[in-house]
Amino acid sequence: MALTAVPKKRVLPGKPAKPGKPGKAGKTGKRGLPYLLIAPAGLLMLGFIAYPMLSVVYYSLQHYNVTKPWRNGYAGLENFREIFFEDPLFWQTLAFSAKWVVAEVGLQLLFGLALALIVNQTFIGRGIARALVFSPWAVSGVLTTTIWILLYNPSTGLSRYLADVGIGEYGTSVLSDTGTVFWAAVLAELWRGVPFFAILILADLQSVSKDLYEAASVDGASRFRQFWHITLPHLKDAIILSTLLRAVWEFNNVDLLYTLTGGGPAGVTTTLPLYVANTGIEGHDFGYASALTTVAFVILLFCSILYLRLSKFGGDDK
Amino acid sequence: MTAALAEKGTHVPAPADGETPPPAGGRQRRRRPADQPPRWQIYLPLGLYLLFTLIPFYWMVLFALRPAGSTSLVPWPVTFEHFEKVWSERSFGTYFLNSTYVGIASMVMTTVVALAGGYALARFRFRLKNAFMLALLCSQFIPGALMLVPLFETFRNLQLINSLWSVIIAETVFQLPLSMILISGFIKNVPESLEEAAWVDGCSRLRAFLAIVLPMLRPGLIAVGSFAFVHSWNHFLFALMFLSSQDKQTIPVGLNTLIGADSVDLGALAAGGVVAAVPVVIIFAFIQKWLITGFSAGAVKG
Repeated sequence: MALTAVPKKRVLPGKPAKPGKPGKAGKTGKRGLPYLLIAPAGLLMLGFIAYPMLSVVYYSLQHYNVTKPWRNGYAGLENFREIFFEDPLFWQTLAFSAKWVVAEVGLQLLFGLALALIVNQTFIGRGIARALVFSPWAVSGVLTTTIWILLYNPSTGLSRYLADVGIGEYGTSVLSDTGTVFWAAVLAELWRGVPFFAILILADLQSVSKDLYEAASVDGASRFRQFWHITLPHLKDAIILSTLLRAVWEFNNVDLLYTLTGGGPAGVTTTLPLYVANTGIEGHDFGYASALTTVAFVILLFCSILYLRLSKFGGDDK
Repeated sequence: MTAALAEKGTHVPAPADGETPPPAGGRQRRRRPADQPPRWQIYLPLGLYLLFTLIPFYWMVLFALRPAGSTSLVPWPVTFEHFEKVWSERSFGTYFLNSTYVGIASMVMTTVVALAGGYALARFRFRLKNAFMLALLCSQFIPGALMLVPLFETFRNLQLINSLWSVIIAETVFQLPLSMILISGFIKNVPESLEEAAWVDGCSRLRAFLAIVLPMLRPGLIAVGSFAFVHSWNHFLFALMFLSSQDKQTIPVGLNTLIGADSVDLGALAAGGVVAAVPVVIIFAFIQKWLITGFSAGAVKG
């Protein structure tokens, strides 16, 4: 890293040749400094992201199961063959993950956008309204589960009080019914996830030029047209980026489903990462879990690139 | 509404559209009535959404404060028996300390490491810079849940399994990329000429940074730091998988134990939830304004 650490400590300050190009001018004597500064981050990421990832690729080619030591050793592509051709759980959990990500990201974006547009208006009580509607952002997946278990409880939850006033039936248990459990989980996650989009979109809305709206309204454009032709194009990149980040995040989201449904009932809410974690840590089958991980990485990478391409991210600016 | 407008003396007759002079009050932003949707279009959806947000919170507080077996919709008479139970019997006191420790340690580590790296990215050009930026961006697409198995192996090799430091390191590593990108965006927003002026006055780079740049980064650092704290306070999987003994567990794992109990004690569960929620909700209330300005500093586009 610090190969070029230089004896001369003090470089004459000042005389920035080109103000717009930081660092290049004037400080030739400090070439080691940027490397020194990124070293801690770089080392941490090498040690705890890059190395584990490489080890995943290595183990994916191995049979490695502590409970079946006699089988351990080089496996070639055996694990991958098993995943694609002999493992119905892989396809089932992958399909569920895809359904979960699409439903969550789509709905969160829709509600988050609407919410951001509302709290971007000027009205009385805006500050407190923002703080309140954004607050579930700070809540964890397990806490969301805690709260929604209380709400969904068949005997003391919300359904009981709704039944009291004639809506629905007593004893409705949305979490143990395979038909309702998906939407019950989606709703709980929506409660927590909408603020993320609302916050990011609201932040981006702050930089829309007011002049554009003024000009548009002088020209008699309706509010809907202003939204369609000014607001939405402005938000485009932020929306693409946040949906992508959120998609990865929701794919990755194990907390809520693990605690709310435990992957059940009857395995219908098991996501791919949950299946991987179960295989690797509870099933002790590191080799197979690593192969699953590798496959999931590739799928994610492929989807991300495809999405960025199709959405023409950053296309307008350049 | 009209009353409120009149009170500020800014009520402008509606048809006077284009050339209305800015209102005398000054506080009211200059917007034409035609630009503003009717009030009910704001308050009605907002009110509905507020109900959706707040009823779940209320439900938890209700269960935490009313006696077991009560079906009243108001927590009266108030009881604290559930809190006493989770805090001592269910070891939430220990969990709370562990979570605080993990949260603060990973917040400090994330902020300091990201500040150093972010400064390098914002102020220097160096050969590995683009590669490093690319690595940061790519790491955003690596799901932590998929890293559980290899990380478990890594920490076992380092003999950090069942040590809080496994969780702290893992949290820091996964918080770092985004924090660094955000911080370097904040630093770019501080004009470099300010620093250069300080160098001319004889300050070292470090002193100039501490005296000039750091104070201007405060809102951004608060946002990034609390982000890191809230994130690791909330994180469940790493703690669940890496910490095996009960005295090392964190609050989310404790909650999970309550959820998974054979017969769920709803009062205790709700009280545990309140304990988990209070710190992050308080932090959130303080930082939520900075969060908006922090993100809108153009950092995401950095």
